[in-house]
Amino acid sequence: MDWTFVQKFTPMYVKAAGLTLRIAAIGIVLSMVVGLLCCIVQSLRIPVLRRIAAIYIELARNTPLLVQLFFLYFGLPKVGIKLNSESCAIIGLTFLGGAYMAEALRSGLEAVELSQREAGACIGLTNLQNLRYVILPQALATAIPALCANVIFLIKETSVFSAVALADLMYVAKDLIGMYYKTDEALMMLVAAYLVLLLPVSLLFSWIERRLRYAGFGDTRTV
Amino acid sequence: MQDLGIRVLFKGKNLVRLLGGLGVTLELSAASIALSIVLGLMLGMVMTLKNPLIRLLCRIHLEIIRIVPQLVLLFLCYFGLAKAFDIQISGETAAVLVFTYWGAGEMGDLVRGALTSIPRHQIESGQALGLTKLQIYRHILIPQTLRRLIPQSINLATRMIKTTSLVMLIGVIEVLKVGQQIIDASRYDSPGAAIWIYAVIFFLYFFICWPISLLARKLEARWQN
Amino acid sequence: MAEKLLEVRKLTKRFDQAQILNGISFDVAQGEVVVVVGPSGCGKSTLLRCINGLERINSGEILLRGEVISGQTKNLHRIRQRIGMVFQSYDLFPHMNVMENLLLGPTKALGRTRDAVIPEAEAALKRVGLIEKRDALPRQLSGGQKQRVAIVRALLMHPEMLLLDEITAALDPEMVREVLGVVLDLARDGMTMLIVTHEMRFAEAVADRVLFLEGGNIVEEGAPREFFHSPRTDRARQFLESFDYEAK
Repeated sequence: MDWTFVQKFTPMYVKAAGLTLRIAAIGIVLSMVVGLLCCIVQSLRIPVLRRIAAIYIELARNTPLLVQLFFLYFGLPKVGIKLNSESCAIIGLTFLGGAYMAEALRSGLEAVELSQREAGACIGLTNLQNLRYVILPQALATAIPALCANVIFLIKETSVFSAVALADLMYVAKDLIGMYYKTDEALMMLVAAYLVLLLPVSLLFSWIERRLRYAGFGDTRTV
Repeated sequence: MQDLGIRVLFKGKNLVRLLGGLGVTLELSAASIALSIVLGLMLGMVMTLKNPLIRLLCRIHLEIIRIVPQLVLLFLCYFGLAKAFDIQISGETAAVLVFTYWGAGEMGDLVRGALTSIPRHQIESGQALGLTKLQIYRHILIPQTLRRLIPQSINLATRMIKTTSLVMLIGVIEVLKVGQQIIDASRYDSPGAAIWIYAVIFFLYFFICWPISLLARKLEARWQN
Repeated sequence: MAEKLLEVRKLTKRFDQAQILNGISFDVAQGEVVVVVGPSGCGKSTLLRCINGLERINSGEILLRGEVISGQTKNLHRIRQRIGMVFQSYDLFPHMNVMENLLLGPTKALGRTRDAVIPEAEAALKRVGLIEKRDALPRQLSGGQKQRVAIVRALLMHPEMLLLDEITAALDPEMVREVLGVVLDLARDGMTMLIVTHEMRFAEAVADRVLFLEGGNIVEEGAPREFFHSPRTDRARQFLESFDYEAK
């Protein structure tokens, strides 16, 4: 192992990791927004939008991110829509992630009992108020494990962005392998970078899940 | 010119080539899925053991595949193994190795989850009915385990099919790569081909994965209770 | 005769092919307590759910103070602000403590300020003996306590009437008493109520009038003393005897 090489190129990895993290963060936040919107549209049974949301979710969940990216990056310019690598990456990640978040939220919503919805209605809340104060908070709590899993999944998915010429971790590693034949070092640093990025997130999420399980607020009828 | 991009698809053997690429995608998926199921079933049973060392190893293995992106694993296998042992493995072999390593780990966790989810009193009520151990397995435990496991493994299979798209990045000529080649070859006579080719590939994936997802959902709904 | 608060006219309700309510009619006067009894599946709960718009009715009319409220879909929440309902399964919001459960309706649905509602909520909790539970989460309460909170939650909306749907059915016997005590208090204060219950002695104590529902029809209707001690119809007699048997 050539440590001077490792030292020399660490800053490149740090910079690339920063880019990966930034795009992942933006993509994940936007995914949550899209997911929440889909979920609200479906939960309030808004006629046409609900259909569109359902179709979108199926399309996004049943196709690979790489294909979605190629379509955005190489396909769309042919009809005059030119996007740079970064916008492609964010749009692609949001397109994919929004559908996964919507599904996680939906299963959370389904876990909220009908009687809770009725109880909210019975104290005179409007549908939107009921969703906002009674149903969504409970649905979110149930959905947290799935949402956390999605966050990790989406950060991992960012690894394909090098394919649309984004200078992320994979891109740097590929570059170093190609240019200097320092395969061992480049790969080791690549794995280390992803571990540094994802291990804390993963540990944090398992901790949250454990706490949530203990604090579970099941309104059980045991006395 | 622009709107004629789709003609590329029907020119020469392009469509046949694209479907041939899809064949490679599906072969790789099928091999990885089959191996993952077999190994995952074994791994899952091992994971239910109480031995602390085995538990630790399984936990580490699971954490690795949960954290390290599949593409990184592919690079490790394709470039790293080649260098470390001075062997040249093909992209296809690397793909099957990596997807099996990953798939078996995920499958193992599903199997473990399904096996440990069956409440104790199910076994006890079997015993109370005077069933033998074998009968309890045959009529109570295995059916319930499968009902949980099958929809989840089908979902895993669609994830694996989608993930095979990554192998083009280590030089395997599958559907996406073939698409790229077709676009490159027709750069001059139909420059608008990219959007059509990628749209077609998008829907090829969709119409393979979507029915499988629907099946998983249907089975899950039917077996909920 | 006091003012008619609620009028139900020829109400019918079907689920698929099954006829649940068979064109029933009755009134509830201001300040009156009407108890609905009848065998399981006679449509008692469905009746309450129809009045509150939780179920769509198939035909007939429901009027609140002379105003038709059935068949509306737009402003259901306005009607529900005027008719409180308490369920068998309490349905407190598990992610909120007792006080937040109480404040949600008055602050969000009625738009009142928290400061205005809190003293009122505290007074109400004191009245049902739960003031020390104001910051507790629902899962930390017993069934009887939860149900008392649920009643207070409905009351804080200042509804014109209350619908109580088998509110003691999920409770242990010793907790039934504490909940029914609260309801008896409300009756004494002149709260208009329509109550579905299986507690016959409570029904007799609290009711101004009893409706006996069977097969989606009102089979018998009368003052509690008459109904429980000398029912006019055979069906009512058989129904009441089945309870005697259980009690002994």
